[in-house]
Amino acid sequence: MSLKLKKGVNKQSAYNLRDPNLDYEAAHTLSIIVDNESGVLARVIGLFSGRGYNIDSLTVAEVDPNGHRSRITIVTTGTPKVVNQIKAQLNRMVPVHEVIDLTLKGKAVQRELAIFKVVGNGNQRVESLRLADVFRAKVVDSTLKSFTFELTGTSEKIDAFAELMAPLGLKEIARTGIVALLRGDNSN
Amino acid sequence: MTQANKITGAEIVIKALIDQGVDTVFGYPGGAILPIYDELFQQKKIKHILVRHEQAATHAAEGYARSTGKIGVVFVTSGPGATNSVTGLTDALMDSVPIVVISGQVPTFMIGNDAFQEADTVGITRPCTKHNWLVKDTNKLAETIHKAFEVAGSGRPGPVLVDVPKDVQFASGRYTKKNEIKRDFIKKEPPIDLNMLDEAINRLELAERPIIYSGGGVINSGQSAVNSLRNLVAGTNFPITSTLMGLGSYPASGKNWLGMLGMHGTYEANMSMHDCDFMLCIGARFDDRITGRIDAFSPNSYKVHIDIDPSSINKNITVEAPLIGDVSRILSTLIARWKERGSKVNKKKLSAWWKSINDWKGVKSLGYENSSNVIKPQYAVQRLEELTKSYSRFVSTEVGQHQMWAAQFMGFEEPNRWMTSGGLGTMGYGFPASIGIQIAHPNSLVINVAGEASWLMNMQELGTAVQYRLPVKQFILNNERLGMVRQWQELLHGERYSHSWSDALPDFVKLAEAYGIKGIRCEDPARLDDGIREMIECPGPVIFDCLVEKHENCFPMIPSGKAHNEMILGEQTEKNSISDDGAVLV
Repeated sequence: MSLKLKKGVNKQSAYNLRDPNLDYEAAHTLSIIVDNESGVLARVIGLFSGRGYNIDSLTVAEVDPNGHRSRITIVTTGTPKVVNQIKAQLNRMVPVHEVIDLTLKGKAVQRELAIFKVVGNGNQRVESLRLADVFRAKVVDSTLKSFTFELTGTSEKIDAFAELMAPLGLKEIARTGIVALLRGDNSN
Repeated sequence: MTQANKITGAEIVIKALIDQGVDTVFGYPGGAILPIYDELFQQKKIKHILVRHEQAATHAAEGYARSTGKIGVVFVTSGPGATNSVTGLTDALMDSVPIVVISGQVPTFMIGNDAFQEADTVGITRPCTKHNWLVKDTNKLAETIHKAFEVAGSGRPGPVLVDVPKDVQFASGRYTKKNEIKRDFIKKEPPIDLNMLDEAINRLELAERPIIYSGGGVINSGQSAVNSLRNLVAGTNFPITSTLMGLGSYPASGKNWLGMLGMHGTYEANMSMHDCDFMLCIGARFDDRITGRIDAFSPNSYKVHIDIDPSSINKNITVEAPLIGDVSRILSTLIARWKERGSKVNKKKLSAWWKSINDWKGVKSLGYENSSNVIKPQYAVQRLEELTKSYSRFVSTEVGQHQMWAAQFMGFEEPNRWMTSGGLGTMGYGFPASIGIQIAHPNSLVINVAGEASWLMNMQELGTAVQYRLPVKQFILNNERLGMVRQWQELLHGERYSHSWSDALPDFVKLAEAYGIKGIRCEDPARLDDGIREMIECPGPVIFDCLVEKHENCFPMIPSGKAHNEMILGEQTEKNSISDDGAVLV
């Protein structure tokens, strides 16, 4: 009678043979080339919400008007398994032509644009202008008691600038979310 | 382009369907799809089956598609017509059934105005279709319909929807032929990963305790995939089990057959899955009803996974050797390379493995205690199987205990003979599916094995069956309960039977008679065979009200969250196993 059951002898219960990095959550920047047709963004976002994936940042615009192609840049966070699943699910969609994981593909340039409205008088106003200069932010609008700055850079840089402006009369921020491309002379 | 070359959108729809080889449409008319119905009226190539509810149209189209391998087509109107199709679309998405739903929509200039019978159909059906389209330009209508058929049928099949506003149906436009469309939107299958394939073959040759676990993908891939699978099993002498969706790809009478696996699968199938050292998963997707507890699923095996959908790979279970592509293509390559290398298997170890499997078979996990006073549902299905298996037979089911008993006790020798709602578990699927199957196979015996509660969910389709003289046999295992719900409540919810009985049931015989068809009631095991024969011999539709034991549970069962080797067996089996085998661990 060979009804022996190997009790408890499996990869999980005996001892952990799994790659310790396997469950490590990391941010991935995905560049998704899609047909620019109505509803395409809703499809992509619906996939993320429907399957419980995270969206940390999202940008979309048409990049090839002749081919009617748009580039969606999504920053998402997940374990390698989840990120692979996200990419596979995206690739399944009919209007999706290409999914590029910029985080895995190599070094990528990642930029965000933000606009800040800072309202204040006297020293605060001078200080905000001085810091804007340090950050190479541009003044794009001004009144006698306010500046509107435009700043481009990594998300960290924009976070840092926002933090500095907070005590100096920061009233409003608008951010685009991340756009990104691979470095080097290869496309994708 | 001259005006003379243009035809109306409604004409385009019909022409495109004919171009696609469609001969049958299931549907229900309404305001926003009237121009298309007007065209339908003026032609003879497409037959329209008027259902009694749009959900039934989608299930009938699924039954038609799954029993033929063709694409099922549905017409529904805007608003409620479209929303009623949502369950069928979701069912088809989960079970990879190719159907095309064409829905009417309010005129383009009314969209967004909360017009009468307006619903955001593409918005609502976006997550339950493979893709969907709102066509705003009559010139693009033909192209879109052809694309819809391509998307539905290619790769991993699935449902699509084309939403056609009424003004687009009335307006004139260009017709594009089927072969004139660009096919660049079709996802290309990657080349076979031959290194991976060879590694899988290495493992196959050395395997000491192998198992083949096949699913609906084999059937979707077609007859050549089925033939390859059978050849592989015959050539290797490996044991094979299938999912609910995969039944029939390997014949149930075949000597390597272990029966279905999973939550209500056989003891031998699940134990083999748990203890194997080599698993070849073909066209299945490691669904939670199959795996049980994920972290205890087949802990010591090398897993090969053949699937056309890359998103199925490593979704639930991490596998060592993923092979992405059509089952037929990969399996034939695998067999060819394995033969080139001398068709080797580890024969010595394999015979020891078969000995273990035969010991598990000895547990007789499908055992039950029969009765001479009351019809046991398992007995009813067994007798049905015995008396109908010699016919050209197609079986559909509803969802619940009866579905599992049908899967356990009926034997399918060929693919496309068994239609059941697997992934979504849609009660009310079976009756309309049986209608779709009978339309496709007018001279075959089509039986819907049902529970009374599921069957009531689409009982309005009696009208359809009668109108089109479809001799579908509704074999209802009537326990006056929501049997599977009741079973879970008994086993897992302290026997608190919350709302799980069917009060105020109709008299099914009188119901049949009200529609002018035959009703048979049977509550005596001794008369069961005669009743079933009477049902088979009746030339028209029959409702067979089989009054069965009310508190029977479906075993074996892997409670959710448990592993394959933690199955619960029925009392009868446990008695057997303890006396016969001494020490079965359950």
